[in-house]
Amino acid sequence: MDAALSAFVSIAFHGVAFAMVLYLVSVGLSVTMGLMGFVNLAHGVFAAAGGYTMSTLMVRYGVPFPIAVIGATLAGAALGVVLERLLYRPLYGADELDQVLMTMGLVFMSMAVAKYFWGPTAQPFYPPAALSGQLDFGFRTFPTYRTFLIVSGAVMVTVLWLGLERTRFGARIRAAVDNRRMAQSVGIDTSTLFTLAFALGSGLAALGGSIGAEILAIDPAYALEHLVYFLIVVAVGGLGTIRGPFFAALLLGVSDTGFKYLLPEFGAFFIYALTLVILLWKPRGLFGHA
Amino acid sequence: MTISRPEPSRGAGAKSAIEVFARRHRLRPMELLPWVIAIGVYFVFPDYLALGAQVLATTLFGLSADLVLGYAGIVTLGHAAFYGMGAYTAGYLAAHGVGAPVVGLVAAAAVAGLAGLLSGLVILRTQGLTLLMLTLVVCVMLQEAANKLTSITGGTDGLQGMEVSPVLGYFRFDLYGNTAYWYALAVLFLGWVFARTLVYSSFGRSLTGIRENVTRMHAIGTPVFSRLLIVYTISAAMAGVAGALIAETTQLVALNVLSVDLSGTILVMIILGGVGRLYGAFVGVPLYMIAQDRFSTIDPVYWYFWIGLLLVLIVSFARGGVLGLIDALLRRLRGSR
Repeated sequence: MDAALSAFVSIAFHGVAFAMVLYLVSVGLSVTMGLMGFVNLAHGVFAAAGGYTMSTLMVRYGVPFPIAVIGATLAGAALGVVLERLLYRPLYGADELDQVLMTMGLVFMSMAVAKYFWGPTAQPFYPPAALSGQLDFGFRTFPTYRTFLIVSGAVMVTVLWLGLERTRFGARIRAAVDNRRMAQSVGIDTSTLFTLAFALGSGLAALGGSIGAEILAIDPAYALEHLVYFLIVVAVGGLGTIRGPFFAALLLGVSDTGFKYLLPEFGAFFIYALTLVILLWKPRGLFGHA
Repeated sequence: MTISRPEPSRGAGAKSAIEVFARRHRLRPMELLPWVIAIGVYFVFPDYLALGAQVLATTLFGLSADLVLGYAGIVTLGHAAFYGMGAYTAGYLAAHGVGAPVVGLVAAAAVAGLAGLLSGLVILRTQGLTLLMLTLVVCVMLQEAANKLTSITGGTDGLQGMEVSPVLGYFRFDLYGNTAYWYALAVLFLGWVFARTLVYSSFGRSLTGIRENVTRMHAIGTPVFSRLLIVYTISAAMAGVAGALIAETTQLVALNVLSVDLSGTILVMIILGGVGRLYGAFVGVPLYMIAQDRFSTIDPVYWYFWIGLLLVLIVSFARGGVLGLIDALLRRLRGSR
């Protein structure tokens, strides 16, 4: 009985840590897909860019972890602004197939670029001394870094939720998601708004990619390898929401960890089956607009 | 999704609509071009027949994807599910004493078609991102299942011991790919005749109608769901045949035939050519595969950078794929006259 309880706690803990990484990476995708209606298959590129920036700053230049993470986030956001202005913007409102083609091309190019500069193997990940080791919670110990992931995920969810619900910028985004034309008519500069939202989404992805490198290792195929999971989080959560991807990521992270722990032979099969069932039951996702 | 196509000529006067319609669908000389090129390739590039056979089989796969994507407007990221099922069906039969290639094709069509019918029954009730995700999920589930059912599929080692007998009991598969090439070409030709007949039939027109305006098609009483289900089943069967072709000509089936990567790649190939034109696959698939073959010879490590760049450039400068670009150029030429 004790073993079962311990397994349950383990699954919940590691599942939630994984969920936070999934959430940070995917929430931007949910917002941009909901806001701009853009089928962005290259979202993982920003997460990978964040991971690479962090490891380069830390390993090559000896930058401390917190600053490297901030640097990675800013680099992701900057890359987002550049790509949005250059490549994404001309395709707003274009055929979704053209969007698929462009973003797939971007994924291929990013994979080659990553391999060229960082080699084919996964980037080593060294958590700072303060975050390594185990943390004693009294009834049992947990890895400190995973605890850090959970805490930062929870903080980011709160910040994002407050930002979207309580600030003018958030209100503008919500208005544009609900009805872009009406938002334009009342004087919201949707063009700048899109760029900002895109930068925010890619910055968050870079943040998730960098601090999540312990769970989702950064290698050249990152953007393609984990694309299915990011898309599942977005589709199950529902487009254009902050809350949806959070619960979807929790569901996916915990059940993925659980199934892989309890039924390792069947791997991800049950996750996909679960996704199938949820999407058939709620085609617009758990929290999607009706 | 809007795809420009020639307007039906108005004011045809005495001519009946049927006559106009029939003339529009008469075989144009240009439509024979792919076949002339395919036969020419056999004589000009005898060293590339193995690659050629793969290109032909993949073109059939592309054609099947174009039926659902280009005509019915079903954006799928899981078409490899049916291709892979076809490949495994033909491979399994060949490894268990049923080596007749044509039997393999028919069985593959049946199995993949059934899979298309069953999955279509469930997933075609949705649309947009949800539909895309469901097609994707069906594909990854099948791949996971194939990975585990090692007794049937050989798991990660791939299917072992395929023995394919001569085509129609007479044409033995040779090392140079002669038989494979002609066999693939013949099957592709039949597939093309079938697809062409289908899209120009009233059934095909109703699919285009569903793609362009589903609400209106409902309003005029088209049984939308069953039309979509039928085309999805047909396309799945066709993809199965393409998978079986690859399995028989390469005598190899591995897990990657069921991958999402492949589903994405085939999508990319036909978008590259131009969707909803029947010939997108004939342009996009050879272009992509030859580019991949060349790039990977020139730059074996980073070839996908060049593929990616090609895709980004195509989207930036040629919306609607290569055929869309050609259309635009022709229009400009005519306009300047």
